[in-house]
Amino acid sequence: MRLLTHNMLSSNIKGVTNGFPLRIEVEKVVEKEVDLNMDFLRNMFAKIEWKALVEASRTMGYSELPDDAESSMLDSDEFLRKFHHALLELHLEEGALVCPETGRKFPVNKGIPNMLLHEDEV
Amino acid sequence: MKLKQLEGLLGSLQQFETPKIELEQYPTGPHIASRLLYTAENSFGDVSDKVVADFGCGCGTLGLAAGLLGAEHVIGFDIDAESIEIASLNADELELDMDFIQCDIRNLRLSDRAIDTVVMNPPFGTRKKGADMDFLSMALKVASGAVYSLHKTTTRDHIKRTALREYNASSAEVLSELRFDVPQLYKFHKKKEVDVAVDLWRFVPNNNRPKHL
Repeated sequence: MRLLTHNMLSSNIKGVTNGFPLRIEVEKVVEKEVDLNMDFLRNMFAKIEWKALVEASRTMGYSELPDDAESSMLDSDEFLRKFHHALLELHLEEGALVCPETGRKFPVNKGIPNMLLHEDEV
Repeated sequence: MKLKQLEGLLGSLQQFETPKIELEQYPTGPHIASRLLYTAENSFGDVSDKVVADFGCGCGTLGLAAGLLGAEHVIGFDIDAESIEIASLNADELELDMDFIQCDIRNLRLSDRAIDTVVMNPPFGTRKKGADMDFLSMALKVASGAVYSLHKTTTRDHIKRTALREYNASSAEVLSELRFDVPQLYKFHKKKEVDVAVDLWRFVPNNNRPKHL
């Protein structure tokens, strides 16, 4: 699971109001290179929750992203490469996503989070 | 990529081993899948460089077709772990990156507008009544650009009315009418093969809403 996907996911447990972002528990991270697409990155920058991305990437072992970012930084190749790497090249392979409000763990196996809810959570 | 080539690649994908009738698991044939994505890309530019979601992805046919046509990031959603596993293998076969999430589409919580395009071949609602509408409702909530979906032609008026009045669609158009080959997959199927008239829809969500999670 890429961090781009993580950045759009909230805890879906009934009654939870602060379900974003899901905390990440890492057991295995895999890195897969993909081509950098500048236009795509510029578009995504406006839609991404930056702090959640920074926190998530650091949990995954990548600490190159600055705490804060603004769109003028997209002019820098170096910044684009780091943004690209964090957003698309880091994959959570094994671990869990944790609801920040309830602590409930959604397991991640082979890169796939299981967000199926139990009867009492629906 | 040419349409024929796309169709050929999709035809080589692995499909459900033991389809679950309760989930209305039917493979989306390469003929329909290739045309759906080809139209989305060539007529509307809704695929390449976009974030695409495949709701009820099953073995991943639609999502993978999006990847083959240049989608930058594709996510497949399905309730069934076995299907996702097959979809994962299919992605490996095609050397495509595709994320998968196992969940019930009805209680998914995704940020608004993070997804550009939704492509789907949802259950028709023959087993779980209203399943087709649940999928459509969710798709229109999360897509910022367009939703492509397949629904039985017999439901055409109901779909159009509901999408425009209740699901916040600013437009709902039938792009074409197709025949969906339903092969004799299940024991209750009496005929060897049956044609179901199906509409390929394109919906555009109304974007005049504040972003929220």
